[in-house]
Parts: sequence; structure tokens; C-alpha cells
Amino acid sequence: MAVVGGALPRVLPRPTGYTGWWSWLTTVDHKRIGILYGVTSFAFFLLAGIEALVMRLQLATPNNTLVGAGTFNQLFTMHALSMIFLGVMPLSASFFNFIIPLQIGARDVAFPRLNALSYWIFLFGGILLNLGFLTGGAADVGWFAYANLTARAYSPGLGVDFYVLGLLVLGVSSLAAAFNFLVTIMNMRAPGMSLMRMPLFTWMTLVTSLLLVTAFPVITVGLIQLLFDRFYGTNFFAPGAGGDPLLWQHLFWLFGHPEVYILILPAMGIVSEILPTFARKPLFGYPVVVFSGIVIGFMGWGVWAHHMFTVGLGPVANAVFSLTTMIIAIPTGVKIFNWIATLWQGSIRLTAALYFAVGFVALFIIGGLSGVTHASAAADFQQQDTYYIVAHIHYVLFGGSIFGIFAGIYYWYPKITGRLMHEGLGKLHFWLMFIGMNLAFGPMHVAGLQGMPRRIFTYPSGMGWDLWNMMSTIGAFVIALSLLVFLHNAFRSRGTGKLAGNDPWDGRTLEWSIPSPPPLYNFATIPTVKAVDAYWHDKYVATGGEPEDGHHAIHLPQPSYWPFFAALGLALAAGGLAFHPAISVVGLLLMLFAVYSWAFEPVTEG
Amino acid sequence: MEHGGTIGHAAEHATSTGLDNRKLLMWAFLGSDCLFFGPLISTYMLFRGKSLTGPYPHEVFDIPYTSVSAFVLLMSSLTMVLALAAIQRGDQRGLRIWLVATALLGSVFVGGQVYEFTTFVHEGLTLSVNVFGTSFFVLTGFHGAHVTVGVLILFSLLGASMRGQLRREDSLRVELAGLYWHFVDVVWIVIFTLVYLIPAPLPAVLH
Repeated sequence: MAVVGGALPRVLPRPTGYTGWWSWLTTVDHKRIGILYGVTSFAFFLLAGIEALVMRLQLATPNNTLVGAGTFNQLFTMHALSMIFLGVMPLSASFFNFIIPLQIGARDVAFPRLNALSYWIFLFGGILLNLGFLTGGAADVGWFAYANLTARAYSPGLGVDFYVLGLLVLGVSSLAAAFNFLVTIMNMRAPGMSLMRMPLFTWMTLVTSLLLVTAFPVITVGLIQLLFDRFYGTNFFAPGAGGDPLLWQHLFWLFGHPEVYILILPAMGIVSEILPTFARKPLFGYPVVVFSGIVIGFMGWGVWAHHMFTVGLGPVANAVFSLTTMIIAIPTGVKIFNWIATLWQGSIRLTAALYFAVGFVALFIIGGLSGVTHASAAADFQQQDTYYIVAHIHYVLFGGSIFGIFAGIYYWYPKITGRLMHEGLGKLHFWLMFIGMNLAFGPMHVAGLQGMPRRIFTYPSGMGWDLWNMMSTIGAFVIALSLLVFLHNAFRSRGTGKLAGNDPWDGRTLEWSIPSPPPLYNFATIPTVKAVDAYWHDKYVATGGEPEDGHHAIHLPQPSYWPFFAALGLALAAGGLAFHPAISVVGLLLMLFAVYSWAFEPVTEG
Repeated sequence: MEHGGTIGHAAEHATSTGLDNRKLLMWAFLGSDCLFFGPLISTYMLFRGKSLTGPYPHEVFDIPYTSVSAFVLLMSSLTMVLALAAIQRGDQRGLRIWLVATALLGSVFVGGQVYEFTTFVHEGLTLSVNVFGTSFFVLTGFHGAHVTVGVLILFSLLGASMRGQLRREDSLRVELAGLYWHFVDVVWIVIFTLVYLIPAPLPAVLH
């Protein structure tokens, strides 16, 4: 029997092919993994959107009876969890995967099998998180799951168990991916690409990766403590034994605030590429925009308790966190001014990608402004747990992250598929989504300030909230309609879109210098970088650079199935805790076997 | 098959920082692991003196005993360095001896912890009796799990060496294991100081 590096028996031969379903299961190619992430996360995004539509139908009119309180609680919990962890984050990851190696002039990421592992763990973790729907009720405690509602005594079902286990598993995925991109960006840049010559999307990915590797361990600890409280009778959050429910809040938000920067920085990076491209001008103030991103990353650690102003931390703590929260608006504002200055007097080309990028800037300004109002602890006492907060969240996450991601989709779709999306449909999508989004979330500012609390499943008439809720529901369905337009465009263009060629946008960065879609090895020869906006420089500033120092043989990592089996083992090990210990044992053994075999499997063999 | 236990060509390509990818990964991982132990240690510190019922730290801790096991773990870092030095000069026999020594010392440490914890449980300190038991066992338990994983890694390196797959050129693998091992040791020094050596406040509620 063949052995893996002489260590353990190899039951299946090492995969070598690049076609068929088995090749997708065993791929270690960053481009394919990016596509897997993109398709899977978009599906979860749509699921989370349906959860939102049901909520909006329930809230369209007062005293509605479409769904009851228990179901509604599951819907708002799972909507938020799915949008954040199964939607925005993996959509960003799909761009990290596909684009980063291309932007830095590399053939793949530093650890291709670890990359595949991240994807498969994401898929299984997402399923695990949603398993509650099939087993008597999903988590219904809000996405931040405050203790000690989450104690076994008060949430006896499997829903919160799947919350804990699902997020623990998803955390491993995020951590693995972040480590990979951290090493890739630091170590695998093309010759001549110093840090200050990197594309801005690469920079923001680097900062995001640093945030991920520092923030996720903190939530991991909180989740482990919750797991132990629920399964093994510990007292972390049990006041009766001297425990402290507030400990959960501190740990959660210590993670939670850097998390929101993890959600927005990639979109900011995308917008920072698109605006210069379609203004035919370099990004205004590149070093300042980079520095602002780094500062946001650091300062994001100093504001967490602004999520806890109403919890009773006392005036000193509230004052300190008010201050730090106001200060963090500064680097964000700096970026916004730089984006506007980038467009100023540029030669503007009105493409769908640009529409979404400009929409991002406008909507993020609005979301940021409501955020600044929250910064005052005194004002926040009125705003906290009302729809005013829901409005803020959705302006920054939908108007911000989602618009940024769609901008990226329209911008990079030609590179990924080789064909252009239909511009007219893209602009229709934009206008429907822009109008729908403002109709859905704008009135929430008013409803919130008029006292409508968050997370209520219904409301009485006569509160003055009826009109706002109806408007929000209509807006939500306009968003849904816009997504149908997008999906039609995305599918149709695969088959009949205009061929894109290498460089449909006259781009500035290295990904536009290679064919669309890129060959397996990305670059025939690794480029030498001489300036920021490396490709623009090669095209228009200094042609005829130094000759390449000979062709090196192209080494590509070989496919492997160990990442898939390791991920499956981890998911079984975690999920088994909710069902039967035997499943956990099997999962753990599978995972150990897979990891051990992987450690002794060469990158390429034969 | 010349690749054997190595990870292909990654080690031979020049990197932007000059550091091997895997070494950078290990350092990033250890940095991240600080953010894992940090909250666990902070939780323990938060709950000092907050237990509403016993057993309390001063009733169960045996400082001389734990000092010996801390010393054992500290010595294992020395043997780890000796193992790395051995493979770097091509001394396979020395490598194996010192790997076994490190793994053995690590196992003695974990075994000592198992014995210590069993004694505590018999004295009434469990995960659920109070917040001291809760925070103590989870913190030291996860540390012990890290040591155990380290011991498994050491044994797998030993196995590779005995199959002839851990040659001088593969010394990075031993170096990476060493980084991990020293990190786990440093964490123990922090835990030993904060949890065992610094006297805990007397219980708030005296019976």
C-alpha cells in the first residue's frame, strides 16, 4: 500500500487532475478556491436575505401574525450571523483568494493546502451554524448572544449549541485564511514590490489579516467559556457562583469591534482600486490612505465598550470610550476625502463598478455620521437597542461592505470569467439597489429615534411607526428585485458577455497584465515592479525595463484531498458535541489522520 | 523520491522578507496564541477572590510540587535547543536523544498536572464548584493541551528521523517545533507566576 511520506498508509492516490467534480474537491489553486468561496457565500447571502424578507413581511404592518416571537428571534439572530460570517466575510475572502496573488505577482498563496482547508471549514461551519433550523430551532439569542440568556438553563435547546460550535469552527477557517494571506503578502511579492508599492486592496487585506489573527482568538476564548458553561457546568457567566455575564460582553466586543473593521476594510480597498481606474488618476494620497487603514486597525482595539454604554460601566469608562470612538472617525474621514480628491478633475468613465464604488462612498458617509452620533455615550442612551442602531449598521454594512463587494464583482468579473457583464443591467441593478437600500434603511433612523426598539417581532398601531415600517418592507423587496437583475446578468454574461481580453478597463495593477481568465500559473514570467500602480507604470511611464533573468521552471502545488478530510473531521468533532460523543471521536481521529498525512505529504510529488 | 518529508520547493524560493514562509507562519501563529492565552489569564485574574465558596487557592496549591514541574518544563526547553543544535550539525543520534528527552520531560510535566488536578478534584475543587475551579482548570487545561500537542509533534519528528526523513536540510522543522515549544514554556512561566506564586486574596466570604 502506498504511504504518505513513509508515515501513514495512503488509501486514495494523490489527485492530479484539473477537471471534474473531484478536481474541485481537491483543488489547491487560489483562483478555484476563490470561486468556491464566492459561490458558496453568495448562496448564504441570499439565504440571509430571505430571512430578512420574512422579518420585513412580519413588520410591514402592526400586530402582524405572519411569524411568532420565537421564530422571529431565530430570524434576526441567523440573519445577522449569516450576513456577517457566511456573507460579507467569505465574499471578501473570495476576492482575497482570487486577486491577491495576481496583484503581488505570485503564482499562488504561501500555503495552498491550508487555503483549501479554510474554504472547506467555512462550508462545513456554515452548515453547522444553520443546523439548528433542522433540529428544533436555530439560535435565537441575537447574534451577540449575551450571557446569561445563553446559559443551558435559559436556552436549553440545540440552537445556542450550534451557535457556539458553528462559530468556533468558522473561526478556525478565518484564522487559517488570515495566516495564509499575512505570509503571502509579506513574503511572496514580486521583485521590486516594496510595501509602499503594493496595490491598496493588498494593503487593506494585510491589515484585515492582522486584525483577524488578533481578534478571533478573543472570541474563541469567549465561545470556549460559553461552551464549558453549557456542557461542563463551569461558572464563567453564572452570577450565582460568582461568575460575571459582563465578561462575555467584554470578550465579545473586544472581538466585535475589530470585526467590523474586518468587514469594511476589504471593501474600502476595493473602492480604492476602482476610483483611480475609472477616473484615470492615481489614488490621491496613497501613503495617507495606507496609513489611515493601519491606524484604523490599531485604534479599532480601543473602542469596544461603545457597544456597552448602557450596561453600567460608569461615567469614566463611558467618557473614555466616547472619546476614542470619536477619534477613530478621523482616519475614516481622511480616506473619504482622499477618495473624493481622487475623482476630482479625473477623466471619469461611468461603469457599473464605478457606480457601486461612488455609492459606497456616499452611503458609508451616512452610516459613518450616524456612527458619530452613537459615539456620545449620552446620546447613545436613547439610540441603543433601537432601530436607529439598525439603520447605522445597515448603512455601513450594506451601503458600505455590500456595495463595495458588488463594485468588486463588476470590476473583477471580466478577469475571473473572461467576459464582461452587461453594463446596462449593471446600472439597473445599482439604481434599484440604491433606491431599495435607502428606502429600507433610511426610515429606520426615524423609527428608532421615535422609540421603536430593536428585535421586536411586532408593534402596536398608534406609535407613529407604521409608515416607516411599510417603507422599509417595500425597500427590502426592491433590493430583492435588484438582486434578481444581478443574478440574471451574472449568469447570462458567463455565456454571452463580450470577451474581456487582458485589460478591459485600462487598469493600473498587475492582475490586468495577464489573460482573462488567468492561466493556471498566473504569470508566464514573474514581473519586476518599478513603482506603485505597477502595470500602469509599465504601460505608460517606463516601457522596456530590465530583461528578465531567465525563465525559471514553473512549480505549481499539486491538488490534495487532505484539506477536505481535515475540515470534515473538524466539523464532525465539533458537531458531535451536540449529538453524540462517538461522532466527535470519529471526527477527531479523522482530523488527526488527515493533518498528520498532510504534514508528511510533499507539495508536489512524482 | 527525493522530497521525502520536506515541503517541496517553498523553502528554496527567495521571499520578500528573507524569512521562510513556514517560519513567518509559526511566529504569526504564536502571536495569535498570545491573544488566546491573554483572555484566559485575564479571566482568571478577574475572578481572583471572587469565589463564593471553597476550596480556595491557598487550600489546594502545593507550591513546592508545582515548582518542580515548572522546572521540568523549563529544562525541556534546554533539551529542545540541544535537539536543534544536533540536527544543525548533522548529528542524527543526538537529535533523537534530545527529542526523546524533550518529549519525556514534557510528558512528565503533563503527567504531573494530571496528578495535581486529580488531587484537587479529590479535595473538592471541580470545574463547577466555584469560579476558581472554573477559571483555573480551563486556563491550565488548555495550556496542558498545548503541551500535549507539542509532545505529539516531537514524537512525529522522532519518527521522521528514524525513517531517515529528517536530514540536516530539514532542520527548519525542528526549529519550528522548538519555537512552539518555547512559547508554551513561556506561557507556563506567566501562568505559574500569576496563578501560583502571587498570593491570592483571602476569600471575600468567610465561613
